[in-house]
Amino acid sequence: MVMRLLDVKSGKKVCLMDFQGSRGLELKLRQLGLVRGDTAKVIRHAPLGGPLLVECKGRRIALGRGIAVKILVEEV
Amino acid sequence: MRFALIGQPNSGKSTLFNHVAGYKAETGNFAGTTVIYTESKILVSGEKVNLVDLPGTYSLSGMNPAEKVTLHYLTSNEVSMIINVVDASHLAQGLGLTVELLELNKPLVVALNMMDEAIREGMTIDIPLLQTLLSIPVVPLVASKGRGVRNLFVTAHYVAKQDNPPKRLTYAKDLEEIILEIAGNLDGKTAILEPEPFAIKLLEGEIQWQDQIHEEYPQLPPKLKRAQLFIEQTRGQSADWVISGERQALATNLASAVVQQGERRVSWRDRIDDILLHPVFGYVALVLIMFLFFEIVYGIGSILEAPLLDFFSHLEGFLDNLLGADTLLGASLIGIVQGIAGGVAIVFPYLVPFLLGLGFLEDVGYLPRIAFLMDTLMKRIGLQGNAIVPFILGYGCNVPAVMSTRTLENRRDRFLAAALSTLVPCAARIAVVFGLVAFYLGPTIALAIYFFNLVVIAITGRILSGLLPEKTPGLILEMPVYRIPTFRTVIHKTWFRLHEFVVEAWPILIAGSLVLAILIFYNLDKILNTFVRPITWILGLPAAVGLPLIFGILRKELSLVMLYQALGGVEFSDALTSVQLITYTVFVVFYIPCLATLAVLKRELGTRNMVIITLLTVVIAMIAAQIARFLAIILL
Repeated sequence: MVMRLLDVKSGKKVCLMDFQGSRGLELKLRQLGLVRGDTAKVIRHAPLGGPLLVECKGRRIALGRGIAVKILVEEV
Repeated sequence: MRFALIGQPNSGKSTLFNHVAGYKAETGNFAGTTVIYTESKILVSGEKVNLVDLPGTYSLSGMNPAEKVTLHYLTSNEVSMIINVVDASHLAQGLGLTVELLELNKPLVVALNMMDEAIREGMTIDIPLLQTLLSIPVVPLVASKGRGVRNLFVTAHYVAKQDNPPKRLTYAKDLEEIILEIAGNLDGKTAILEPEPFAIKLLEGEIQWQDQIHEEYPQLPPKLKRAQLFIEQTRGQSADWVISGERQALATNLASAVVQQGERRVSWRDRIDDILLHPVFGYVALVLIMFLFFEIVYGIGSILEAPLLDFFSHLEGFLDNLLGADTLLGASLIGIVQGIAGGVAIVFPYLVPFLLGLGFLEDVGYLPRIAFLMDTLMKRIGLQGNAIVPFILGYGCNVPAVMSTRTLENRRDRFLAAALSTLVPCAARIAVVFGLVAFYLGPTIALAIYFFNLVVIAITGRILSGLLPEKTPGLILEMPVYRIPTFRTVIHKTWFRLHEFVVEAWPILIAGSLVLAILIFYNLDKILNTFVRPITWILGLPAAVGLPLIFGILRKELSLVMLYQALGGVEFSDALTSVQLITYTVFVVFYIPCLATLAVLKRELGTRNMVIITLLTVVIAMIAAQIARFLAIILL
């Protein structure tokens, strides 16, 4: 089931399906190693509408909610 | 001969630079701390070489100004060879930049840094194979421990001498055909790059170069447009996108060819974030860490400050006895001593511990965690989490704070963060708060001023972001693994930042103090006081504080150092009422950034924005001081 990265619970692993933001956004994510088809794990959500902490290929990356809402994923 | 160091943020590039470059360096664990390049002369194989540390960058296809600057610099004649620092533990991402660098026609060496990290992650890297695949030397390195550094520079020197530019890697066939076609139109006259790599950059949409070829090859732009359109139609994505994707694919293939992933050892470092980023404990830890940080800084500061001030007041007394304060020579000498004292006794005890502590937090990797925790709060004032860095730096000095806004991606965020961070009380202004309010009225009121400052910044942030409603893109920030900082890098960093203060600010401080002493000697201070009288009158302050306020623009601590003189050398509490002390301090906390900060604001944001921010701070200072004054009247 395709869902938004924002809605993924902590501890779940997902496959990155699509980025709906601008090209610049996808480029930046790509540079950090987040590419379509990659598996990423949501480590935690910061409280009160804070960012998500995601682990992908051994790197930990914080993604703001505005970013996470634009990333479509599928749980694995 | 000049070597350029380039690498992605957190690749340890600056650590390497620090290791070889002596005191002239600045390192950071934070994405893109090294926005300004730093240069140093080093000795390699008996030859003097200039080593340039460039901003950390993920690629050169430029979303932020730092990337553009870097690309143009690397392709210029000033650079004879490039050392590409790659984090061995994240090879696939790191090599993306390497693939791009291979296209620049410059001798290139890869420094495979953090080999110890890679081994801990259970990776085995086939370095000879990587050398073969890239057709350039690859040198393993542990920069933090200095391992492999010598070998790297000897190799780099050899490669530079050979002056044999590397071959670029080839992309997919359809793309290569287009690149060749565009390159066929270029005859090398542009001289920036070889035709093929130049064609690639043009296809990616490098604007400055596109303008350049417009004049030299008027027939090319339409062809370029068509080629870009063709790529977009056949690949379903824009040309720059396809090309950067190709590079990433090449990098991933390279990495998977040379890396053998074994068992990963889980370490204490994986566990730390469970606490430090925890929704509850994370904030508790943040408060504790910040409390400890400032407690230690000011603890050390206050221990050192009193005896130093004692020493200088004795010295002044001695000069007074010897020459008499009523002679020009005596007054001037005392003025100079007071300027020196301002630097030594008020700023050093605070600045040194602050910078050491900050360097430590930076190198441990805690700053991005603060950004993570504070993102929600920062969003309320129209910024994102990583804009917290200028604010934290601001507590030390506004100059690095304004510089660090360069890592933010859009202009609006940069302006907003810079404007707000100049409102953060720097060490010098904290010294004023301590010297006046904490000393005479107690620490509670000093704390209240801190809190009041935060409230004013928050309200200003809200108002400004309301006026500049553009949305921030949202936080994307790497959390680097925690590292134990090396003594050497922290010391270097502290020294580097301090050096700036000693060389640039201190002389102004001493000169300012001297000028003031002479003005007072000739009774000219009254004229300047009249000049700012409207402001001091509105705030209910005596006319005499006008001069320290004017000199406070030179350096903030002057508004404390000179206040003593301006009030005729009596205890502050005798010359000013409690309410006046508070009003004055609050005004000093907010009004006009110091000269050094103004200079950086001008460089980073342009004259217009500098003027806007300056006027803004005066308005804010007037309002804030007035509010503080009435609060003080009611509450005290």
